[in-house]
Amino acid sequence: MEFKNPPSGVRGMKKEFTLTVYTENQIGLLNRIAIIFSRRKINVDSLNTSPSEIESVHRFNIVITETEDVVKKLCRQIEKQVEVLKAYYNTNEEIIWQELALYKVPTNVIAEKVVVERLLRKYGARAVVIRNDYTVFETSGHREETEGLIKALEPYGLIEFVRSARVAIIKSSSGFHDKLKEFEQLQPGESVAENEYLNERDKVFTM
Amino acid sequence: METLAIQKEQPAVSNKTTTISGSQAVLEAFIAEGVETIFGYPGGAIMPIYDALYDYNEKLKHILVRHEQGGIHAAQGFARASGKVGVVFATSGPGATNLVTGLADAQIDSTPLVCITGQVFAHLLGTDAFQETDVINITTPVTKWNYQITDATEIPSVMAKAFHIAQTGRPGPVLIDITKNAQLQKFEYSGYTKMEHLRSYRPKPIVRKEYIEQAAKLINAAQKPFVIWGQGVILGGAEKEFQAFIEKSGIPAAWTILGESAIPTSHPLNVGMLGMHGNYAPNVLTNDCDVLIAIGMRFDDRVTGRLDKYAKQAQIIHLDIDPAEIDKNVKVTIPVWGDCKETLPVLTELVERKNHSQWLQKFKELEQKEVEEVIFEEQNPSTEIMTMGEVIKVMNELTGGNAIIVTDVGQHQMVACRYVKFNQTRSNITSGGLGTMGFALPAAIGAKFGAPERTVITIAGDGGIQMTIQELGTIMQNEVDVKILILNNHFLGMVRQWQQLFNDKRYSFVDIASPDYVTVAKAYNIPGRSISNRADLKDALSEMLNHKGAYLLEVIVGKENNVFPMVPQGCSVSEIRLK
Ligand SMILES: Cc1ncc(C[n+]2csc(CCOP(=O)(O)OP(=O)(O)O)c2C)c(N)n1
Repeated sequence: MEFKNPPSGVRGMKKEFTLTVYTENQIGLLNRIAIIFSRRKINVDSLNTSPSEIESVHRFNIVITETEDVVKKLCRQIEKQVEVLKAYYNTNEEIIWQELALYKVPTNVIAEKVVVERLLRKYGARAVVIRNDYTVFETSGHREETEGLIKALEPYGLIEFVRSARVAIIKSSSGFHDKLKEFEQLQPGESVAENEYLNERDKVFTM
Repeated sequence: METLAIQKEQPAVSNKTTTISGSQAVLEAFIAEGVETIFGYPGGAIMPIYDALYDYNEKLKHILVRHEQGGIHAAQGFARASGKVGVVFATSGPGATNLVTGLADAQIDSTPLVCITGQVFAHLLGTDAFQETDVINITTPVTKWNYQITDATEIPSVMAKAFHIAQTGRPGPVLIDITKNAQLQKFEYSGYTKMEHLRSYRPKPIVRKEYIEQAAKLINAAQKPFVIWGQGVILGGAEKEFQAFIEKSGIPAAWTILGESAIPTSHPLNVGMLGMHGNYAPNVLTNDCDVLIAIGMRFDDRVTGRLDKYAKQAQIIHLDIDPAEIDKNVKVTIPVWGDCKETLPVLTELVERKNHSQWLQKFKELEQKEVEEVIFEEQNPSTEIMTMGEVIKVMNELTGGNAIIVTDVGQHQMVACRYVKFNQTRSNITSGGLGTMGFALPAAIGAKFGAPERTVITIAGDGGIQMTIQELGTIMQNEVDVKILILNNHFLGMVRQWQQLFNDKRYSFVDIASPDYVTVAKAYNIPGRSISNRADLKDALSEMLNHKGAYLLEVIVGKENNVFPMVPQGCSVSEIRLK
């Protein structure tokens, strides 16, 4: 498969894409999806699984940095898996997204250093736990924002840091309820006949 | 047991239930799905199923193979010859891991299989129990779907799902791993219902006429249209629809090795084989046509050669059932997503009746060149030692093109695909995408069970035959009538050819010794003969074909013969070499 070095010119630039995948809730499916990336030596920047707006339907958010051509092919490989209902890909402009970060810092430092307090305010951090020995703060936002606070806290003895995967909502999506109804029919209507991408050759799995 | 099978005849699910074991439920599923033949090998973790099988002897024929790889290749041969699902049993651990090559082969060649593996008791999962391997994770990349059952009540619905997935859409292998406790577990069984629909799986796309109309427009305007077809035509059972399409549109058509035999070799519009060792004309003219119509094929690199020099001048129409294939390797102008059994008749309706005689003439001219420079000498050699091509030529005269040919992998495979004549579909069984040496002998066993009324000839090299030669035991025990033709060039020929052409003849470990095959066959009670003189060829082949039952014939052929034409790796199809 020509996944590496796609023809120059057409969609040749690598950028961040967020995949939204609706699936059945099935053991083993995570692995089936993960190996689609690892087989092609593509790094997954972030992966989140969660329930969706529909009971019994699971939702994956996967972030990768690749060319659109590659992302489109990956989406088709993902959709090909039996228990996958639908895979979409979007650029950052097309989604609203957040990542959650937790920071553990020594309580005495915060208590004493005025700068730290100012930093926390600036980054909109909230205290989740306050103990004698340490305090845990939480922020959410884009990567640069959570990253910025680590940098700022490092000189003051950041004890522990963790960041969640990206969760994303597609701006133009009207949800999955109607699509699912169609999928449940023996003869789905043309809107989910998945030939839709043939109509818009360039916007295959986008909404 | 009797009662259960009878109950099956009754429509759908009755509210009457019977208490049966998980193992019985597996076998009841087979019967409901029309399975008659199972290829397998027992072991600890699948013993409850084998115990149940003891009582189903009348309804299910179990063929004990000599190695699980042999079992799965046999199931593949069965599926390819019959169009039905091939079924395999293997035990946990080594039994299951021995299936992996066959699963990968079936996955890449879209062969419908349902494999059942035994697994350790559910409470032992993850404890490194005796013969425990993580079969689901090992086989995930090489199955269309797989699933582990730990509770017997799941068996009827999971089996129904397995058969549905294996044989619909683009077919493929399914593996069901069943823990021993589930096989033993008794449960209230209320009958078996076949699966017809799964909301997360859409095997059959809706046919969109708009695209077919656009395709027809392109085809009608084309001066030099060219059809290339693959196994999709056979898997879709669309041979007639395909033939009607090319006959009405008058378009020359060439095949991938898995598509071969969909229409007769002698059809006037059949212009031969594509790809690395394919025919000269279809390779060269791929880069000359104006509209390329790809039907049920996936632009494998062995077919396309160098992609950035592949049919760049042409508008491309791609008919395929699998949307992931569209634009995967070759960017197409018009995609026609669908089952070609449905899309082709619509297309045929819309295309104008034409005959592209001038264009076809071009194929004829280049074919003549190939005949003069390659084919004639290969089939009528001036050398004392025989060539593979002449063996095939004589074989064609004797079979009339009516046999099923099961080839292994290497030079003999390419020569066989190039020269064997076929009159009927589902007659060329070979490992295409994976190129699995050792495939032929067991696959031929399966093919014979899949098409018992037909002559089955396996053609193998001296390398490949030794990879699964243990299956002679299966042939002996089950009296399987397969004809085994070994083309012995005393080398791992195809690798030797590459070493000669590309590594300055540095023959690195391609010199392979053979046992006395006739003696080996004799030990298995299979008659055989070895010949090295041309004068004996026809007689020996007739003897093989006329013999009732299995027969092994070894033909000693030239040691350093090469297969030509050849598109060297990394070259364009139009850079195909005749020598
Ligand atoms: C399982 C496996 N191992 C290795 C190869 C690589 N391989 C491809 S063709 C070939 C040589 C086959 O030799 P032989 O069976 O004697 O057939 P010939 O080419 O001489 O007709 C080899 C080693 C393969 N295709 N499959």
